[in-house]
Amino acid sequence: MNQIVSSLIEAFQYQFIIKALLVGSLIAFSSSVMGIFLVLKKFSMIGDGLAHVSFATVAIALLFNASPLIVSIPVVILASFLILKLNEKAGLHGDAAIGLVSSFSVAFGVLLASMSNGFNVDLFSYLFGSILIISDIDLIFSLILSIVVVIGLLLFYNALFAVTHDEEFAEVIGIDVKLMNRVIAVLTSITIVLGIRVVGTMLISSMIIFPTVTALQLSRSFKQTIVIAVAISIFCVIAGVLASFVFNLPSGATIVMLNAFFFAIFFVIKRIGGQS
Amino acid sequence: MVNSVHLKVSNLMMRYGSHEVLTNINFDVIKGDYIGIVGPNGSGKTTLMKGLLGLLPLAEGQINYVDKRKDVQKFGYLPQNIIVSDRLFPAKVREIVGIGLIGTKGFPKIINRQDKMRIDTILNRLSILHLRDKRLGDLSGGQQQRVLLARAMVNEPQLLILDEPTSALDPIVREDFYQLIGELNQQEGMTILLVSHDVSSIGKYTKKMMYLDRELVFYGDYKAFCESSDMTAYFGQSAQHQFCWRHTDESNCK
Repeated sequence: MNQIVSSLIEAFQYQFIIKALLVGSLIAFSSSVMGIFLVLKKFSMIGDGLAHVSFATVAIALLFNASPLIVSIPVVILASFLILKLNEKAGLHGDAAIGLVSSFSVAFGVLLASMSNGFNVDLFSYLFGSILIISDIDLIFSLILSIVVVIGLLLFYNALFAVTHDEEFAEVIGIDVKLMNRVIAVLTSITIVLGIRVVGTMLISSMIIFPTVTALQLSRSFKQTIVIAVAISIFCVIAGVLASFVFNLPSGATIVMLNAFFFAIFFVIKRIGGQS
Repeated sequence: MVNSVHLKVSNLMMRYGSHEVLTNINFDVIKGDYIGIVGPNGSGKTTLMKGLLGLLPLAEGQINYVDKRKDVQKFGYLPQNIIVSDRLFPAKVREIVGIGLIGTKGFPKIINRQDKMRIDTILNRLSILHLRDKRLGDLSGGQQQRVLLARAMVNEPQLLILDEPTSALDPIVREDFYQLIGELNQQEGMTILLVSHDVSSIGKYTKKMMYLDRELVFYGDYKAFCESSDMTAYFGQSAQHQFCWRHTDESNCK
């Protein structure tokens, strides 16, 4: 026990841990907020799809020795618009549209990786995340993203809520539904590109989905759902980063396992509460 | 009276791709009207409603709204699928009804204290004030429907459009609902367009009837509807007699 406590105290002496905690918390905040809109609009797998797209964009960036963030953010935003268009215009169901774009992107990324033998190791770090080697640029981008999400949420809260609950009614009362969907898509895209540094392309969708479905087990209102989801998400990232340092575990997987643990607890509490 | 016309529909045609759904539709809606819209499945009733609401494009023709003010809510809308949200959707009744207020609000669309009072007033009017802090998904079908009606009415729209709002409800709740809508029209002068299959139930309250079958077959008051030979051809004499008899027997509207 004493060893764990001393390891925890030691963790806070490393700058990379402080940076990991800061970036992780900011990403946790953004992903959990965006997750609420995506899960309730039954579009939660867009996180998974866009993560696969970002896998391809990272492969492109590494091939051309460019910054993955600079390449990924615009391309992933475009991919999110493409998914929305396929959903709206081509009459494809949301999950089918996501499946098309994501499988194409993974295939493209794998082909690029196979063409160049030099960056397979770097690409691997994007698959499962590497929160412990986060750069200053990641920190700055994460901070800007979180500020944009907070401002976006404050300014568009009621319109986003209306569109999330019932798009048709929102359109009837004059809300620009397409604009709101694009606001959600842009913020989600940036969250995912930054989030893959934390948990990797394989697990980022869990940071979008888990906090919301956990909060949904007990929340009684929309605002309460936001508060619970954000609190759980930030707690899981902080606890996950520290646990990964103390027990020498992969940080991304630890964060996701903590999220799964909280979901299981809340799920059981709800069932027990429902029966009594 | 020209100034009492709410909206004027002229030479309306609507299509799904190359498939013509409605053609040559012309009618006026007058303030205080309660119009029941009936017709067989696939006759274009919902398409017409969506055209009026701006949810579907018009292939030809015009819909002219007399009142051009932007700060006035044109429509309140209660859709066909009553239970829009899944049972897990985490929203209180007050939050859902508040959505109805934000259409005419400037940016940013904030719900203030005065709005909360308006929400409580409409909930009280529809006898569901005691449900205001309940989660929508925890309510019965009839209660959910009243909440969504409150959402449609809270911003005092000029025209209330209801598209088969009772299809998921049991007969007693359905009858209560029709009575409530009838009261809103008679006591508060609300202009209402109601799509329904249930001619005899809505006939007790509606002032006018519209029969659609890809075109406007009939549009006029209920008495004329009952006496129309066109309607006899569509419904059969026996059915027409039955719902018209029930109408005159059970209500004092006429």
